[in-house]
Amino acid sequence: MSDALTVKVEDKLYQNRYVVDAGRSHITVTPHEKPSQNLMAMIKLCPAGCYSLNETGQVEIAPDGCFECGTCRVLCEPDGELSWAYPRGGYGVLFKFG
Amino acid sequence: MVEKFDCIVVGAGMSGNAAAYTLAKKGLKVLQLERGEYAGSKNVQGAIMYADMLEAIVPDFREDAPLERHLIEQRFWMMSAKAHTGVQYRSEAFNEDKPNRYTIIRSQFDKWFNRKVREAGALVLTETTATELIFDAYGHCMGLRTDRDGGVIHADVVVLAEGVNGLLGSRAGLREPPKPDTVALAVKEMHFLPQETIEQRFNVKGDEGVVIEAAGVISQGMTGMGFIYTNKESLSVGIGCLVSDFAKSGVTPYGLLETFKQHPSIMPLLEGSEVKEYAAHLIPEGGFKAVPQLCGNGWVVVGDAAQLNNAVHREGSNLAMTSGRIAAEAIFQVKSRKEKMTKENLQRYPDALNDSFVMKDLRKHKDMPALMHTNSRNFFLTYPELVAKAMENFVRVDGTPKLEKESATVLAFRKSRGITGLIGDAVRIARAWR
Repeated sequence: MSDALTVKVEDKLYQNRYVVDAGRSHITVTPHEKPSQNLMAMIKLCPAGCYSLNETGQVEIAPDGCFECGTCRVLCEPDGELSWAYPRGGYGVLFKFG
Repeated sequence: MVEKFDCIVVGAGMSGNAAAYTLAKKGLKVLQLERGEYAGSKNVQGAIMYADMLEAIVPDFREDAPLERHLIEQRFWMMSAKAHTGVQYRSEAFNEDKPNRYTIIRSQFDKWFNRKVREAGALVLTETTATELIFDAYGHCMGLRTDRDGGVIHADVVVLAEGVNGLLGSRAGLREPPKPDTVALAVKEMHFLPQETIEQRFNVKGDEGVVIEAAGVISQGMTGMGFIYTNKESLSVGIGCLVSDFAKSGVTPYGLLETFKQHPSIMPLLEGSEVKEYAAHLIPEGGFKAVPQLCGNGWVVVGDAAQLNNAVHREGSNLAMTSGRIAAEAIFQVKSRKEKMTKENLQRYPDALNDSFVMKDLRKHKDMPALMHTNSRNFFLTYPELVAKAMENFVRVDGTPKLEKESATVLAFRKSRGITGLIGDAVRIARAWR
């Protein structure tokens, strides 16, 4: 069985409800020249597809679709590759069913 | 004047609601904090709820709790690429006056449970993120700060029911954050179907429900499991694997879910459904060995934050509710003796938890997580294919003499794992299970 790479995570996120805290990212990637293995892994591992590689080869985050699950915190925080906090009260994902 | 509470409960999931409800019922002055719009809006679970553990907290919950279906049938499926080999248990005995297990939808259930908490007299602040625990010069927790105007809220004791990815306790050094090999990442979709369609497809009527839990090639060599839970008018469909395995494999969680949904045994069950939500959550998988220190001066930790999850039996919410209740009872005892909320006095909580099913079950399976995590390719790829082949050899009638078929089956097992490998795996499972 192959990984169904054709799946677009954006299509899945479209169903969800979010209150985006514009201009305030609750996760920030530490500035780096060359991303670590763990940061690179997040591009595929993030269940909301928040991580991507920019044109100059650094890993970036766009947390609008974030589930606040903590996967990236568990993998990348110990080595200081990112800083992680919960969004302000009332912001972020709001599960209709959960 | 500084406002002071007997107790602050951080979080309004299963353990937080159980603790806050128990404390408020006993007359303590309780503040509960929830960062979501309402209790449940940040919470994700399959979800199965265990009646006995809720009954110990809210005895008449069946009168108004939002329950989906009571479970009368459990299916375990071992999945190969094209087949599944299953064990199925269905019993009319589960159609009892007070059923044992229910499917629930967490956002609705948690909202109900939290209403009970407020009715019991606790003050609940939603849309409030707790940001920092505050300690005195002797290391005794005095209260916490939130993202609302910065002041410290004081309490004799803080109940950390902040979930698997709780930041307060780990930031304060009360416990380690979870590690990639002690948590699973699970993704889940809500598939809506007409009630009659669900009843026909799963062979149930009324409020009866079915659970399917599936393991094997669907996790693509990682330690993991897929599931389908029947709700009234929807199916919860999900799959989870260890974060460390995901990171190594480079498989996307949503790609894994999509492949699971396309398995020939799963696809017909979902046909024509409308997906209304996609969610993700971490699940504690470290078992007994990952449970941190459970109390200290001025604080206790309960539920997923304390890694109280039984990965073998796939139970979590019942351990969460029970730990919340037991912690609350311990706090009440300390309070009613007018003693201080010190680590020594709060030790009643871990002591009572040790005597309960929570720690007894976790201790029983203490070696299971390590075994499954280190042998994942054998347990999740090799064996399911071998078992499927054995079943096919048994069932398919094509004129090959039975003796030859059986020899082929035995040979396939020996070739893949070797005699020592087979015996070793059997012994290791037996030991870890005992």
